[in-house]
Amino acid sequence: MQETLVAPECPECDAEVSLGTDARVSEIVECPECRLELEIESVEPPRLLLAPEVEEDWGE
Amino acid sequence: MSSAAARLGVLASRVRFEEKNILTALERRGVACEQIDPRALSVRAGTPWDGPQIVLNREVGHYRALYAASALESAGVTVLNSAAATAVCGDKWQTSAALVARGLPTPETTLALTPDAALKALEELGYPAVIKPLVGSWGRLVTRVTDRAMAEAVLEHLAALPSPQSHIVYVQREVAKADRDIRVLVVGGRAVGATYRRSEDWRTNVARGAVSERCPLEADLTELAVAAADTVGACVAGVDLLEEPGGRLTVLEVNDRVEFRGLQSTYGSDLDVADTIAALLTAKAES
Ligand SMILES: [Zn+2]
Repeated sequence: MQETLVAPECPECDAEVSLGTDARVSEIVECPECRLELEIESVEPPRLLLAPEVEEDWGE
Repeated sequence: MSSAAARLGVLASRVRFEEKNILTALERRGVACEQIDPRALSVRAGTPWDGPQIVLNREVGHYRALYAASALESAGVTVLNSAAATAVCGDKWQTSAALVARGLPTPETTLALTPDAALKALEELGYPAVIKPLVGSWGRLVTRVTDRAMAEAVLEHLAALPSPQSHIVYVQREVAKADRDIRVLVVGGRAVGATYRRSEDWRTNVARGAVSERCPLEADLTELAVAAADTVGACVAGVDLLEEPGGRLTVLEVNDRVEFRGLQSTYGSDLDVADTIAALLTAKAES
């Protein structure tokens, strides 16, 4: 099992979102409760934002 | 790791599986790397930049990726892939034109400069055909047209769109039997892995739930993929190939900021895609 950091709250539904110790700034994670995409704004301290909406020119 | 090695950066506003694994691979190699968020980036023309001298472009948005690459290059930074490669890969017509100029096989394509001209072109090309937006990926707004009535409806819709670019219509003959495509990952002029991608949907994008399975790296396939990546000037590329009914391979597109989660899961521990890219970046920094 992966070690986890203190779990920040989902900005939408307040559920705890546990982040692994390998979490990175700008990483996209999913809220286990509301399934929204969240962006890790900061790791120390752990802080989450709603991830930006997909834009028309996104892709590979 | 020589002390004179250039500083490395990874440009990404969205750290996904791919970016996270590349950053981790660089750390495992003991290479310092700066994460650059293009949302906070501005570059003054003609002024040296104090950031990394070598930057891997992993920005998910095409325009942000393209202009970030161009701006960084203007500040003397080496960007992988180059702004020129991103410009060609990000535009379906420029890709087709480059492949054709190089003499590489690619599905028969016509560029029509108005929706009206596109209808005439479709009548000549025959149905079914595919209308694609010039810029865009993940198969968005790619439309398969099976007859004239449908083509008229789609083109009427395009004509009503406000963007002048939407009125330039990219039309391609549908490759028969293309229920799967082949994604070849090319890194530093070498094909490192390939997968078949199958889908119920005729667009075989992994983003649309296509299933991938490993595809042997046969010589014909690797040569074509490497040539396609070279044609567009991409040192990291996901080259999409289709098999025509007779078995002939044809190049569909070249992706410059390639997603490789599907390919990586297909290969498991037999290939570390992120580390292969990290190795290329490290080599550039030391050269
Ligand atoms: Zn939530």
